Amino acid sequence: MRTDTSILSPDANIALSTEGLTKVWGSFVANSDINFQLPVGARHAIIGPNGAGKTTFINMLTGVLPPSSGRVFLGGEDVTADAQERRVRKGIARTFQINNLFPGLTVLESVLLAILERKGMAQHWFRPLNAHAAEIEEALDLITDLGLEPQAGEEVKTLAYGKQRLVEIALALATRPRILLLDEPAAGIPAGESTEVFSVIARLPSDVSILFIEHDMELVRRFSQRITVLVGGKVLTEGAPDEIMSDPRVREVYLGEGGHD
Amino acid sequence: MTIVSGLPHSSRPLASRSGSSRMNHRSVAVDRLASPRPRLFEAVVWLLPAVAYFVFPDNLALGVSIMTYAVAVLALDLVLGYAGIVSLGHAAFFGIGAYAAGLLAANGWREPLTGLLLAGAASLMIGFFASFLVVRGKDLTRLMVTLGIGLVVYELANRLSSITGGMDGLSGFEVSPIFGVFAFDLYGKTAWWYVYGVSLVVFIFLRFVVSSPFGLSLRAIREGVNRMPALGASVNSRLRIAFTISAGVAGIAGGLLAQTTQFVGIDSLSVPRAAEFLVMLVLGGTGRLYGALAGTAIFMIAHDYLADIDPVYWEFWMGLLLMAVVLFARGGIVGALFNLVPSLKARFGRAAQ
Repeated sequence: MRTDTSILSPDANIALSTEGLTKVWGSFVANSDINFQLPVGARHAIIGPNGAGKTTFINMLTGVLPPSSGRVFLGGEDVTADAQERRVRKGIARTFQINNLFPGLTVLESVLLAILERKGMAQHWFRPLNAHAAEIEEALDLITDLGLEPQAGEEVKTLAYGKQRLVEIALALATRPRILLLDEPAAGIPAGESTEVFSVIARLPSDVSILFIEHDMELVRRFSQRITVLVGGKVLTEGAPDEIMSDPRVREVYLGEGGHD
Repeated sequence: MTIVSGLPHSSRPLASRSGSSRMNHRSVAVDRLASPRPRLFEAVVWLLPAVAYFVFPDNLALGVSIMTYAVAVLALDLVLGYAGIVSLGHAAFFGIGAYAAGLLAANGWREPLTGLLLAGAASLMIGFFASFLVVRGKDLTRLMVTLGIGLVVYELANRLSSITGGMDGLSGFEVSPIFGVFAFDLYGKTAWWYVYGVSLVVFIFLRFVVSSPFGLSLRAIREGVNRMPALGASVNSRLRIAFTISAGVAGIAGGLLAQTTQFVGIDSLSVPRAAEFLVMLVLGGTGRLYGALAGTAIFMIAHDYLADIDPVYWEFWMGLLLMAVVLFARGGIVGALFNLVPSLKARFGRAAQ
């Protein structure tokens, strides 16, 4: 179902890019003229203080928000006009900063649904769910990989918050994305347990390109190859973790804010 | 590229150290998936009407109308209980089916089964066009759109009195024997078995629908509509299909009413009728099909009983019952029963220790 558009791309090594991406609400500029490139297989972090426009940026990449101006490219293909569900079918998946799950479904039902949607089987009404052995097997394997197996048959709403964050990731992975956008994947999890989430992310195949928003600088340093700093809706700077961490402007933004989070 | 096999430490169930507990978690989760396979208590439930047939031979007409309305309430359960769309317009589709079946018979198409299918097809088609309006907007908008559909269809039927009979209703039509053999009799015996058979077929059909991937996606829309686009799902087309199927089933219920009573009153597509469907469903419990059956039976038997002792103010008691159920019995009467079973088990389990 997913078409490989990278052959058409001027640069086959770029998974996702933006050109002059801008979002304006009235007089408030949430994102201003963002030119961004995510290479294939990247582990790329976006940092910045609250209100810097990080989530807005992700929302425009995924099609949740239409940009005021600018364009989004997937491989070489302009997907700016595509709705969210079409972009998902083209290989962009995301998690949400605040859990956005199916509280009354079990973990297995949730992940199974995501797999059936990917395969275009979710509107089939003539074959019972439990006759879809291959999809159930795939769902259970993914659930096992994320350490959620003991909860597979439980309703999502009964799970501890940290486990629910893992369900977020499981749903995104079930779409088999080429590009995975993680909006604060460890948000709300006690500091010690957030490594569990990131160790799952670190084990993903290297051809999946990952862009993540994260406040915890230690996690950013450990799991990213490149960092983009957003401040006031603009790209302040971009570079390798060491460059960014030692950049006086970045230190000023963070220390000036009184040390973020 | 597979994500799962790409992960190192990915343990396969059979190769696992704690193989048995692992298989257990898995099979528990798989067992919780919806299945169309009938369980023992269901056979008992479907035997109840047959028992009533022989125990209360003087109340066959009540049985026929309970089963007829149950089909309409099952239709409502698909959109409300599963997809989460509250509809005040389902009497419109019920009535369209009733008038379609009545008009077919009045114009010479007297064969009941094809007449019933055509009645369902008529409301299915109108439901399909209506569904485009219904899925736009959110909860309150949707409720108002379905209410609007109900009002428009009612007044159309009222206005087109040369076709529908207007306030006098549609009467004077007859239906041929079923399969050319079983004639509809004065006692309502044929009608009873006819409606019983049709409601069982409709139930099995809906049971397959809700146990399918499509049924799961409807529940997911109800539980987290905002997440669906992030899985690549198109919510509106899914809801349109559900609404269309539901309208068709409601039309079949209406067709049953017309064929078994040989009369279609204009109240069959009124908004108060739609509200009754809603009350029946909520009484029994939404999103479990059996709630629709139980709710309809309880409502109509209570109506019959209360109207006997208090013909004018029976709705007072119905109102009390409705409030008691929604306030104190989560998941309706059937939901409360299901909740009772595990808690009873737990209680007696403790006592046994």
